[in-house]
Amino acid sequence: MAAEKTITITDSTGVHARPATVLVNKAGNFASDVTVEYNGKSVNLKSIMGVMSLGIPKDAEIKIVAEGADEDEAINAIYSTVKETGLGE
Amino acid sequence: MATLTGIAASSGVAIAKAYTLETPDLSYETKKVDDVDTEVNRLHNALTVSKSELEKIKENARLSLGDEHAEIFSAHLLVLSDPELITPMEDKIKNDNVNAEKALDDVASMFIDMFKGMDNEYMRERAADIQDVTKRVMAHLLQVTFPDPALIDEEVVIIAEDLTPSDTAQLNKQFVKGFTTNIGGRTSHSAIMARSLEIPAVVGTKTVTEDVSEGDIVVVDGMDGKVVINPTEDELATYKQKQADFEKQKEIWAQLKDEPTISKDGEHVELVANIGTPDDVVGVLNNGGEGVGLYRTEFLYMGNSDFPTEDQQFEAYSSVLKQMGDKPVVVRTLDIGGDKELSYLDLPKEMNPFLGFRAIRLCLERDDIFRTQLRALLRASVHGNLKIMFPMIATLDEFRAAKAMLLEEKDNLKAQGVEVSDEIEVGIMVEIPATAVIARQFAKEVDFFSIGTNDLIQYTLAADRMNEQVSYLYQPYHPAILNLVNNVIEAAHAEGKWAGMCGEMAGDSIAIPILLGLGLDEFSMSATSILPARTQIKDLSKEELRSYKDDLLSMSTADEVEAFIREKTNQ
Repeated sequence: MAAEKTITITDSTGVHARPATVLVNKAGNFASDVTVEYNGKSVNLKSIMGVMSLGIPKDAEIKIVAEGADEDEAINAIYSTVKETGLGE
Repeated sequence: MATLTGIAASSGVAIAKAYTLETPDLSYETKKVDDVDTEVNRLHNALTVSKSELEKIKENARLSLGDEHAEIFSAHLLVLSDPELITPMEDKIKNDNVNAEKALDDVASMFIDMFKGMDNEYMRERAADIQDVTKRVMAHLLQVTFPDPALIDEEVVIIAEDLTPSDTAQLNKQFVKGFTTNIGGRTSHSAIMARSLEIPAVVGTKTVTEDVSEGDIVVVDGMDGKVVINPTEDELATYKQKQADFEKQKEIWAQLKDEPTISKDGEHVELVANIGTPDDVVGVLNNGGEGVGLYRTEFLYMGNSDFPTEDQQFEAYSSVLKQMGDKPVVVRTLDIGGDKELSYLDLPKEMNPFLGFRAIRLCLERDDIFRTQLRALLRASVHGNLKIMFPMIATLDEFRAAKAMLLEEKDNLKAQGVEVSDEIEVGIMVEIPATAVIARQFAKEVDFFSIGTNDLIQYTLAADRMNEQVSYLYQPYHPAILNLVNNVIEAAHAEGKWAGMCGEMAGDSIAIPILLGLGLDEFSMSATSILPARTQIKDLSKEELRSYKDDLLSMSTADEVEAFIREKTNQ
C-alpha cells in the first residue's frame, strides 16, 4: 500500500534547481521512500541529481509515490509545498 | 622584499597577509585499498567538512548578497547529501577496493557527463555545479587548501590571476583589506568592483601570483599602483604613514559630503555615482552622491542560473529608488553579450564581440528578455526618480524601437491598473562615435545623453581596451574624444536637454576641468571619486575653463591637452 499523487507542473521554467531543492529538502524530512515518476522514469525524490536529471518541463504530469510508515503525511506535505511555491497543482 | 608595479585600480593602502586565490592541483593516484571501512570514513569526513564550508559560504552570501544568491548553495549542499551520489561511491570503494579519490572522481564524472549530454542548456550548466562541489571534496581528500573568498576570516590581501564578478561579490570587506591581480586594467570588472567596495587594489601586475608566497606580508598601494612584498621596517613605516594620510584626506573630503557641487564662480554641476547592485547605494550616500548616474543592471543577470524574474528585478530597482529618495537614478537597460556572457543564454561565439551582438542589439532581437526588464522598471518607477537609458545606440531607429517597446509596456501595465510614473526621462548612452557625430538629430528625440567614455574611446581610436599591446591608444584626452564630447553637450543644450558622462573619465582630475569648461551637466563616477571631485571643482572657475574651450578642441595631441590642463590647474 503506497500513497501517491499526480501533479501538473505550472511553473514556466519547469522543475529547475530552486524548486528541486525545495522538494528534495521536503522529501528528506520523511522516513518513507519517496519517488517521482516522469516520462516512464522513476527516481528517488530525496536525490537532487535524480530529480534534476528528469529535466521536468512546464505542463509535465508527474507522479509522486511515497511508501513507508509516514507515507500519507509525506505526500500531503510535498503536495502543499508544490502548491505554495507555485510549482504546480 | 620586492616591489611590483601594476595599475592603480582603487585608492587606499592595504597592509596584510597574502591569501592566494587559485584552484590547487587536484590530480590523484588510483590506489588499491584493503581497509574499505576506513576509506569510506575518509570519504564521509571530506563530505562533512565540505558541507560545513558550504553552509558558511551560503550564510555569507545571504548576508552580503541576499537570499536569492544564497539559494544556489542550498542546491550545492543537497548534492553533497545526495544518496544517488554517495551510495555508488561507497559501493565502488567496497566492491572495487579503490581509494575514495577514485570513487569520487568516477561517480561524479558519470553524473557530470550525463548532465553535459542533456539537450537543455540549463541542465548542461548544472554539470558545472556538480564539478564545483566535487572539486571541494577532492581538495579535502587530498588535504590541499581550496581557497574561497567567502571563507576568509582574518585580515588578508587577496592575490589572484584575476577576480570574476562573483569572486568579488563574495569578498567580505571586514577581512579583505585589498587585492592585487596579474591581469586587468582600470576599467576591468575587478577594478570597478574594488572601487565600489572601497578596497585598495592594484591590477595588471603580470606576475604577482608567482612572486608572492602564502603568508607573505603584502602592501597594496592603490594610489601609485605599487605592490610591495615583505616590506622592510622603513617601507612599512612609510606605507603606514601613507595609509594614515589617506584616512585623514578622506575625513577632509567627508566634510563636503552634504554640500552641493559648486564651482569657484558659483556654477552647479551634479556629481553622481555608478552602481551595480542595491547594496552599493550605501556607498553612494556615504560619499555624498547627488544621485545614481549609471545603474548597471547586468549584475542581476550574472552569477545566476537563470534570468532574473520580473519580480526579482522589480525588488532590486525599487530598493535602489527608495533608498535614493527623490535623487535621480539613471538605470541602464541590460548590456549583455559580447564579452559579458550569461551561462544560461546560448550565444554564438563572435570574432569581434565588442562589435557584435550585444546590449540594445540583443535586447531588440530578444524582446522577451527586454520587455521583462522594462515592465519591472516601469512598475518600480513610482518609488523614486527613475530615468531609463538604452546602451549601445547606433541609430535613431534603434532608439525609436526601444522607446516604442517601453511605451507599449507602459500602456499594457496601465490597462491592467498598475501605477506607472509619467515623469520617467528616457535617454541614451553615447558610446558609439556615429551617435556622437549626429547628436544633434538624437537630441530632438531623447530626454538626455550620458557619454560612456570607456567604449567611446575604444571605438573612436579603434583600440581594444583589454589588449595591453594597444593600451597606449586608450587616450581620454585625445582631441577627437574632446570634440565628440563637445558635440554631444552642445547638441543637448541646443534642445534644452542635459548631458552627462558615466565613464571612468568623468572622475579623472585632468578631465574634470576640461568637461566643466565644455559645459557637462552631470558627472557619474565611482562613489569614492565623488568627494575628491567635489573638492577639486570647488576651486575651479567654470568661466575661466570655458575660455580655453576653442584652444583645447583645436589641439593636436592628447599630451598637448594634458600639459595645458596641468599648467592651468597647477597639477
